[in-house]
Amino acid sequence: MTTPLLEVRDLRKHFPIRGGLFRRIVGQVKAVDGVSFTLAPGRTLGLVGESGCGKSTLGRAILQLQRPTSGQVLLHGEDLAALTPPELRARRRQMQIIFQDPYASLNPRRTVGQAIREPLDVHRIGTARERAKRVAELLDVVGLGPAVQDRYPHEFSGGQRQRIGIARALALNPAFIVADEPVSALDVSVQSQVLNLSARLQREHGIAFLFVSHDLAVIQHVSDDIAVMYLGRIVELGPGGAICREPRHPYTQALLSAVPVPDPQQRRARILLPGEIPSPARPPPGCPFHPRCPLAEARCRETVPVLRSVAEGDGGRQVACHRVPTRPA
Amino acid sequence: MAGVADEPLLSVRDLAIEFDTLDGPVRAVDGVSFDLRCGETVGLVGESGCGKTVTGLSLLRLVPEPPGRYAGGSIRFGGRELLALPEAELRALRGRDVAMVFQEPMTALNPVFTIGSQLTEVLRRHRGLGRREARVQALALLERVHIPEAARRLDEYPHQLSGGQRQRVMIAMALSCGPRLLVADEPTTALDVTTQAEVLAEIRRLQGELGMAMILVTHDLGVVAETCARAIVMYCGVIVETNATAALFAQPRHPYTLGLLQSVPRVRETRLAELPVIPGRVPDLRSLPPGCRFADRCPRVSERCRAEEPALTPIAGGGQVACHHPQP
Repeated sequence: MTTPLLEVRDLRKHFPIRGGLFRRIVGQVKAVDGVSFTLAPGRTLGLVGESGCGKSTLGRAILQLQRPTSGQVLLHGEDLAALTPPELRARRRQMQIIFQDPYASLNPRRTVGQAIREPLDVHRIGTARERAKRVAELLDVVGLGPAVQDRYPHEFSGGQRQRIGIARALALNPAFIVADEPVSALDVSVQSQVLNLSARLQREHGIAFLFVSHDLAVIQHVSDDIAVMYLGRIVELGPGGAICREPRHPYTQALLSAVPVPDPQQRRARILLPGEIPSPARPPPGCPFHPRCPLAEARCRETVPVLRSVAEGDGGRQVACHRVPTRPA
Repeated sequence: MAGVADEPLLSVRDLAIEFDTLDGPVRAVDGVSFDLRCGETVGLVGESGCGKTVTGLSLLRLVPEPPGRYAGGSIRFGGRELLALPEAELRALRGRDVAMVFQEPMTALNPVFTIGSQLTEVLRRHRGLGRREARVQALALLERVHIPEAARRLDEYPHQLSGGQRQRVMIAMALSCGPRLLVADEPTTALDVTTQAEVLAEIRRLQGELGMAMILVTHDLGVVAETCARAIVMYCGVIVETNATAALFAQPRHPYTLGLLQSVPRVRETRLAELPVIPGRVPDLRSLPPGCRFADRCPRVSERCRAEEPALTPIAGGGQVACHHPQP
């Protein structure tokens, strides 16, 4: 059992809804509503879910880019949520983020070299010469080569810009990276190149990843463990292979069955869910999934199921569902 | 008349479409030919910039001119040459005979009119229905695409609907006049995967019921595999391979098709250490290499490929491939 690099405990991020004449708070969007998990050094946790499930907000709340409403985020045992802004700034060297749209996240008026050097400048690392050397090295690592450092973001394709984003995230040798839909905007052939690059860098540098995506196939490819989110909560958590082979939560089952398979011979029975994802401002009582769940019964409409182990020796799998029976060892 | 029944519904020949740019004209579509029979479903698949969307738009002559230009070839639909048709006749054709569903239903629907008024407009214009009759029909259409509480939805505005429902409205609108051909451009790309599954099932069902032909433009090989009987793979403005979907996926003949199929992440029994990749990147349309456009990225490349552009030629057992050294 390795000690966790990151431990998230009962994390919540609620956004107030304001309305009326005096902009009073009239409600809460519970974007993240009680999430707990651990992440070991050098491992990848894949966070999968559909739009509005809170997966991106969770990533940002962990990095304190949006301060959580409550709960703890322990990085190396230290609670980030309790730190003051200057203390937090010093910890930012250890944790970085890669965004979905590398064009929106790069300043169009700064060269690629400047963009990658910026974290080194901010944290005052090395001399000017050492920084220049590091930038050249990083551009090499991501396969662009140091020659491109005087060029501007618009001169690069989407895949190349994502490589720049990765180089920038690596600049400070972080222990932990949140990758928020890093390949969703890329074409298939470019996507596979970027995925392989990030896997190689993870192996070489022992970085832990929280990989956020709506694409279950991508998530399974990159992740050791998978967490499935629905309406602000994790509904199933466990080893990626086991979850994809034998999903337990009815939502995971539906999600998996909905993924189009690029093989006409292999057509799975599809579980079509009735209705749509409810608004996180007005979540249903009881289990958040019950209005669409084929297995829902009376207690699902009343009590929220907690994430719990359902069987001994299931690789630490946890499911939040009343209808999944606990199996003895 | 040599057998009208034999004539395909749609016949595209050597279609070329250019766009004027600051660096001179660029050919986004360069010599595309294919046929479509009544009731057939074909997937037009490829990566960004391969010309699939422009090809789809051209079937309704919706490529903006300028900067676009039809630089050659022909598009025959139901025996008529679309490239020679005057605008008034095109307008009558669009929506009635050929309908289109776009990727982003929020931009395709007018935000200031209710769903009902947008649906009835189409029905009154193309089918000449009266106000009351059009409303009855509009309601039936919404019910047909399984929109819950359809009667209430008629009086709502697009922003009051979810993405999946908006796309259902677009489909209802596209089907309102019983078109013979539906062009759907990435109809489910903006949707969540569980919603995508429902909308695709809906499209498949309606396509079968109405017997219309469909061209599905998409980057998603999985969507093609599950929806289309035949697939056309495009790369850099040309068709590189076409075949029955089952044959194409079972035995891709063009190295690009094979590379594309291998590099898609899929849910597997065991994780792969590395995904197979297609090396390099798509060449710039402004400076295409002579010979085969895929040559620089191809594992099977020879000298001939760099000198001579391969033509789309029939392969034994059906289908066509544009490659000097197709996969066995």
